Amino acid sequence: MRFLQEHRRSLRLGARDGVPIGLGYFAVAFSLGIAARNAGLTAIQGFFLSFFGMASAGEYAAITVIAANASYLEMALVTLITNARYLLMSFALSQRMDPAAPLRHRLFVGYSITDELFGIAVARPVPLDPWYCYGSYLVAIPCWASGTAVGVIAGNLLPARVVSALSVALFGMFIAVVVPPAKRDKVIGLFALLSFGASFAASRLLPMLSGGTRTILLTLLLSGLAATLFPVPDDTETQKEVDV
Amino acid sequence: MKHQIWLYLAVMAAVCYAIRVLPLTLLRKRIRNRFLRSFLYYVPYVTLSVMTFPSIIEATRSPVAGGAALGFGILLAWMGAGLFPVAASCCAVVFVLEWFLVSA
Repeated sequence: MRFLQEHRRSLRLGARDGVPIGLGYFAVAFSLGIAARNAGLTAIQGFFLSFFGMASAGEYAAITVIAANASYLEMALVTLITNARYLLMSFALSQRMDPAAPLRHRLFVGYSITDELFGIAVARPVPLDPWYCYGSYLVAIPCWASGTAVGVIAGNLLPARVVSALSVALFGMFIAVVVPPAKRDKVIGLFALLSFGASFAASRLLPMLSGGTRTILLTLLLSGLAATLFPVPDDTETQKEVDV
Repeated sequence: MKHQIWLYLAVMAAVCYAIRVLPLTLLRKRIRNRFLRSFLYYVPYVTLSVMTFPSIIEATRSPVAGGAALGFGILLAWMGAGLFPVAASCCAVVFVLEWFLVSA
């Protein structure tokens, strides 16, 4: 119990900041659950999809792979590409943790790096207290995972009208992540529009590509093009990646 | 051949966890390669944009409603609305428009 007393403050702070994130997660996860149900996942599978995935875009891409009955290799590649940004966030967090922080903390903190949870973690003083992260995880992760399971179940019970409306919640979240940095950095805005156009063209001209493959190819192509034409300056902080 | 959903999930979980934990545990230095850093900087925005369109107009029963939700969402986010308000507003736009565009 001495253990709890020592970390109670950080845990509580993290949990407090995790509440609004958890509420948002539940709603978006619900919409993800509807997509998961359409791909044939059960509620339990939806729960674990989210429990292990912890990423709206990555999980949505995973669902398209399952729906397409694509290969396991494609699942690995799609997961790698759609979650590549967490690699960068993990690098950023590694700079913020106490260099002496034991391995077990690194293993647990890394488990739930998401746009939002990373966003609140980097707003904390350095060195980052892992217990703050755990507090936010304890609130946000159950909301996320149970929201998906509820979406799989209740997606069946809701009228088609409501399901149709809720299915865009996920895309609304994607929009809310992309637009603020696009407003600040015109290159991001330009490439977001190019991505819309290229994705639309590919879906019409190359219908044999699955959604996941399309995502991989266009991401590699367009991000590579952007990095070649508009390399970011050396002083660009990793925090610039995060706007949520 | 029909693939196993649990195996799909296991593959996803393993890759996801590796991505998040390897840099944190193995590397403590900053990435120096400029192309690589720039590439990783653009990746999230390109990925999210590619996945949003045209999927958003295919997810709804009326493509017009999906398109309107996209436009309205961009406008709201541009004006500074957060994640949850934007997502909720997109749903509301589709719900209201489909009331007129789709029967029953």
